[in-house]
Amino acid sequence: MTHPALTERPEKRAQPGAGPRPGLPRAADRRRRRLRGLATIALFLLPALVLYGLLVLAPIAIAAYTSLFRWNGLGGRPEDFIGFDNFTRLFASDVFHGDLRNGLIIIVLSLTIQLPLALGLALLLNQRMRGRAVYRLMFFAPYVLSEVITGVLFSLILSPEAGLANQILRAVGLEELERAWLADPSTVLPALFLVMTWKYFGFYMILFLAGRQSIPRELGEAAAIDGATPWKQFRYVTLPLLGPTVRIAAFLSIIGTIQLFDLVWVLTAGGPDHASETMAVTMFQFGFKRTQIGYASAISVVMFVLSMIFALAYLRFVMRRDTRGAVTTMGDHR
Amino acid sequence: MSSPVPSPVAGPAAGRRPDRRRRPAGPSRAKGVSLHLLAATLAVFVLVPLVFALLGGFKDNAQLASNPFGLPAPWHPENYTEVLASGSFWRQIGNSVFIALATTVLVVGLSAMAAFAFARFAFRGREVLFTIFTAGLMFPFAVAILPLFVLMRTFGLLDNPLGVILVQAAFGLPMTIIILRGFFAAIPREVEEAAVIDGCTPFGVFWRVLLPMARPALATVSVLAIVASWNNFFLPLAVFNDPDWWTIPLGVQQFQGQYSSDIARTLAYVVLAMVPALAFYAVAERHLISGLTAGATKG
Repeated sequence: MTHPALTERPEKRAQPGAGPRPGLPRAADRRRRRLRGLATIALFLLPALVLYGLLVLAPIAIAAYTSLFRWNGLGGRPEDFIGFDNFTRLFASDVFHGDLRNGLIIIVLSLTIQLPLALGLALLLNQRMRGRAVYRLMFFAPYVLSEVITGVLFSLILSPEAGLANQILRAVGLEELERAWLADPSTVLPALFLVMTWKYFGFYMILFLAGRQSIPRELGEAAAIDGATPWKQFRYVTLPLLGPTVRIAAFLSIIGTIQLFDLVWVLTAGGPDHASETMAVTMFQFGFKRTQIGYASAISVVMFVLSMIFALAYLRFVMRRDTRGAVTTMGDHR
Repeated sequence: MSSPVPSPVAGPAAGRRPDRRRRPAGPSRAKGVSLHLLAATLAVFVLVPLVFALLGGFKDNAQLASNPFGLPAPWHPENYTEVLASGSFWRQIGNSVFIALATTVLVVGLSAMAAFAFARFAFRGREVLFTIFTAGLMFPFAVAILPLFVLMRTFGLLDNPLGVILVQAAFGLPMTIIILRGFFAAIPREVEEAAVIDGCTPFGVFWRVLLPMARPALATVSVLAIVASWNNFFLPLAVFNDPDWWTIPLGVQQFQGQYSSDIARTLAYVVLAMVPALAFYAVAERHLISGLTAGATKG
């Protein structure tokens, strides 16, 4: 269809020029109607487009521009053009290397521990068992709490003296395992990951549940009749059919880790000695605390490029089989 | 009621499973017990921090050190009552509510209009535009925060709720438009053709026909927008310096800094700050979950 559907209605008011012969639309008339169609579309589309362009697209472009300057951000525009010096400095910085390493560790932990845990739980809760609605409600609840509340809560739980974690260890006689969990470079990342798992595994569980429930039960039953063990049913029926959901979950997890900020900021502010720092935290430190806007913008740009490269590669190579609409979802909007 | 289901794949599959009382034959008892054990372990993992916070708020700091696991003895409701009696807590709640509602109205309104254009009109460049919106799902918000901060300083939007509302709405557009477009596209064209024959303008079709039919989808995206706004921290952190505008996440973080040695009092604050989110979850759970799963799988 080439014409706007809604404008193909008969004109109610007679146009001045077309009055005597309403049955024969002329070229000018058609053009006017076409223009009105376009105007209607613009009216519906422009507000969103303007907001999106001004506050999403433009800032990203500005970040790219600013990253080429040395700028303290005070007043006016950046003027001290230094080319790619900010990027050279960034790529040589140990803190940035640490950011990448920390991100990678969290991603690996998420994909090997958090997602399988969520998947197992989803399959479990897909069975008919008493109280599963309560479990589901409970496991998902942390997801609705903000990362800040979660972070503050766990910073108290993991604090060295009165923190619950150490109190529990003391109570069961494992004093030697006591740690200042968030102040010890060797435990801070696992501790951070534990908190992330607490908050997010319920979300992935819900995704997997939705995916699992859209797989017809008959498939598993057919496999069972053919003699498949529960493990084989899972391995050869459920898991392949859950593929799209698993790939989406991994995608969300990785994209989320690339921009991880709130939780780290509240729990450790990146410490001790950058041991839990992420790119967004480094960016915030330089941008808002040390007013090196140019350098901080370079970090933003790297974050953006990494996200885009990852997203495009993932869509191209990993999710290409998941054609639109075939993705499993409960999609029940009622 | 004949509200359309956006994903035709899902409808029948969800309805096809008869809820049989009879269990399939198998080693049911032992399996059932171990399943429960596993689920219960995880439930403990989820609940212990929450219960610790709830009870800890009723203790004093000496009790927290000497009696971390037991019930408070004696109970100290002061931590809670003092927070509840403080103006700043309620002010933060009010700010969070106001910003969440304003953001939601804005993002859902604009997205519904755009989604209508995307779903119901054919025009050149439509798919390109739509792809540009979709790409927004992958833009890390952190990338934009510095330029946004500078922009807002230029336009005097720092310490102004508009600075948070407009940006949140802008970043909420992609997901909202994607979900609503799918929903609008699933509404049969005959419905609006009938309205057009009855003399409805495009705006009339949008306002009087499609929006009322899309009410369930609008509820879903509204719930998503409210939760996202309620939990947002990074943006208010950059925009609001003035405590009068702080939202709940800023308040919680600030409170922790201020009373870092008073763990019991901070726990009480954290618990009270959780209540609205958990209450909202209890009410809107279905919308939240259907929105998240639809959003995740359609992005």
